[in-house]
Amino acid sequence: MDSIKNSLREILRYPSAIFGIVVILMLVALAAYAMIAVPYNEAIRLWRGGEEIWYQNPKFAAPAWINFFSSKKLPESFAVNTVNGTMQKTVTPGAEGTGTVDIAYTFDFTYDDFPQEMFLYFTTKFTEKQPFVSIVWLTPDGREIRIGSFGINQKETYRFSQDDKLKLRLKDENVMQGLFIDPKTKEIVKGKYQLAITGVTFEEGSQIDVEFVSHGLVFGLAGTDHARRNLVLPLLWGAPVALAFGLIASFGVSILTMLIAAIGTWYGGWVDGLIQRITEVNLILPFFPILIMVGTFYSRSIWVIMSVTVLLNIFSGGIKGYRAIFLQVKESMYIEAARAYGASDSRIIIQYMIPRMIPLLIPTLVSSVPSFVFLEASLALLGLGDPVLPTWGKIIEDASVNGALYKGYYYWILEPAILLMFTGLGFAMLGFALDRIYNPRLREI
Amino acid sequence: MAVDTQVPSEGVKIEKSSFVNNAFMRVARYTAVRLLTLFVTVVVGIYLTINIANMGGYVDEIMKASIRENVTQKILANPANKNMDTETRKGLIVKSIALEEKKMGLDTPVAVRNFRYLSNALVLKLGRALNMSSDHGSREVRLIILERMPATLLLMGTSQLFLFFTSIFFALALSRHYGSFMDKLVITLSPTSAAPPWFYGIFFILIFAAIFKILPFGGIVDAPPPDNVAEYGFSVLKHIILPGSSLVISSFFLSIYNWRTFFLIYSSEDYVEMAKAKGLPPKDIERQYILRPTLPTIITSFAFVLISLWTGAIITETVFLWPGLGRTLYTAVGLYDTPVIIGSTIISAYLLAITVFLLDFIYALVDPRVKVGSGN
Repeated sequence: MDSIKNSLREILRYPSAIFGIVVILMLVALAAYAMIAVPYNEAIRLWRGGEEIWYQNPKFAAPAWINFFSSKKLPESFAVNTVNGTMQKTVTPGAEGTGTVDIAYTFDFTYDDFPQEMFLYFTTKFTEKQPFVSIVWLTPDGREIRIGSFGINQKETYRFSQDDKLKLRLKDENVMQGLFIDPKTKEIVKGKYQLAITGVTFEEGSQIDVEFVSHGLVFGLAGTDHARRNLVLPLLWGAPVALAFGLIASFGVSILTMLIAAIGTWYGGWVDGLIQRITEVNLILPFFPILIMVGTFYSRSIWVIMSVTVLLNIFSGGIKGYRAIFLQVKESMYIEAARAYGASDSRIIIQYMIPRMIPLLIPTLVSSVPSFVFLEASLALLGLGDPVLPTWGKIIEDASVNGALYKGYYYWILEPAILLMFTGLGFAMLGFALDRIYNPRLREI
Repeated sequence: MAVDTQVPSEGVKIEKSSFVNNAFMRVARYTAVRLLTLFVTVVVGIYLTINIANMGGYVDEIMKASIRENVTQKILANPANKNMDTETRKGLIVKSIALEEKKMGLDTPVAVRNFRYLSNALVLKLGRALNMSSDHGSREVRLIILERMPATLLLMGTSQLFLFFTSIFFALALSRHYGSFMDKLVITLSPTSAAPPWFYGIFFILIFAAIFKILPFGGIVDAPPPDNVAEYGFSVLKHIILPGSSLVISSFFLSIYNWRTFFLIYSSEDYVEMAKAKGLPPKDIERQYILRPTLPTIITSFAFVLISLWTGAIITETVFLWPGLGRTLYTAVGLYDTPVIIGSTIISAYLLAITVFLLDFIYALVDPRVKVGSGN
């Protein structure tokens, strides 16, 4: 207990270690939050979902907070609905089962650019006679623009920008521009806009419901990608995936390497020889090409890739380093004593030899985490990421495939990149500090 | 590595001629054993790679299917076969497919063919690519690799050699001014090497190509390439800055840190203290008391840098659209082009084996304490 306290006190003397620990704790918290807030199956369903899930979001929208840093305010996205009451709806019954439905939504528009597109999703109930709606757009300066009047089916989508009649009426090819500018000054009119829909139903029990969706140019905390997906989801879920991949791979590699080196040195003879030969053969094998081959030919599952990574990394240069130290440990007095009182081979290896190596193991383990986290991202960048899981690497791949750098969607690459960088830095800095604490030879230097 | 320090007393009383003889025998025996083990290592490594690259025979299925389709298409499209009746035509198709498969060697079992691949690879008969071709249209794996090599050597050569020598240079300076501000700065910055080159590459592209538009996004030369040699060189220079500096920056600080620590360990040796006490100039101390004993390590490290030039940087080349070997290898994997994958693996395997072999002798040359083949 005291030794743990001591080493903890020692660690806290290094600012870089504190930084590392804080970053790692934050990542763990983020990962835990991700797993609680969006359960695994839900995350996969959302990540793999198409238009039917993400239709409310714009494509390629930057995060909403960039408005704070820019003098040009970009319109935000919103979606309102008569079903959940975010949009007002009043029904007035008329004669012979007919009814009038008044739907109105008033919103403040104080931005300096136009939305990407606006939609109306109608859902109606009727048996024979279609309900009929007419839509009116009221601008802050008191103009009233007739959008359209039409009968609607059970499900009907109205896209403002694709209405050719509306284009004629607005005398503008760009409907969004036509709706938001003053036709004389050609400047954006800011203030309260109202969308008013008047519907008529012709049957008993006939209903009209509307969802009004406006795709702005900015969206939410993290923006959206080419498939309208909210980037918060993969950014959140990238944390547990990266941590799991990095930690499991580095634990697996470090501990197995050490165990194999210990077994080799303890038994010596052909066991040692075999391990040495395998290490040499492994040096010849091209590590990254093999990973690419496994990803292309066999499976892109993150667990398969991780197993291959661990397997190829066990017999690496690290084994020689451990071997050199184990050879010294093997000759020490306490091992001889253990042998004299008849301790078994496995007992000597696991209880006497390996614990001696822990100070050396921990820094290596921590500092090798980033390389595995980045390995996952590298494979994803080559299109060999797990096809199911949302990961940081996958976001970068999507972004680079869709030309984010050329088209200026910088947020798309920067968000996952910054998270990756923090993860890498956190573990690397802690690893560095641990290395200096556990290897006193470095501490003097 | 079977290199060990020689116990000085050994062989003192032995006659000179027999000593020379002994030494020769020892070196010869050592060389033979070493070459044999290295060769076996290469063989096993290549055989494993071949098996992986062949997907345990699955690549055959892909190739057979494409042969069947091509041959059938060709025979059906040939006007000379128009008047043939269906039966004969079918027979012709079957025969042609068999012939084509035989030509590709697909009539022999995978296991046998893997050995044929192996023996061909070992004598550097790299054969013909299945799907890829060089820019001049050749299918020869040798030509494909030779065509891509200059680009890789240019990028990796400039960046890795620059990295190697500047980091040693800086490390030496830092080890002299240990504890200074620069020293602390390098220590603080060394965790930045946790990120791979492509990661910095993306940032560089974003800053210099996308925002400031002063350097190109990727590629090796402007399109169309300038005719003038000087302009061509300048264009290549402009294109190499970003990939080159991302390769350098991603290992720069860690590399300096490691060398600095290494030099510091050596400069705290007693004989260095002694030299300082004698009042030798720092230049001499550096050259003769620090660099000299660390020479074997520096040479080893340099040798591995040279090997790494060959393999190229797969992702960095892909991110920067650099037409080098790394990207070719990646494309080859995507096209199931086994000969290209094996070709590039065998060459790096040989280079590695030769380097490891030569290093033993170089150690003996630069370090008088080391004798080739002594020890166990």
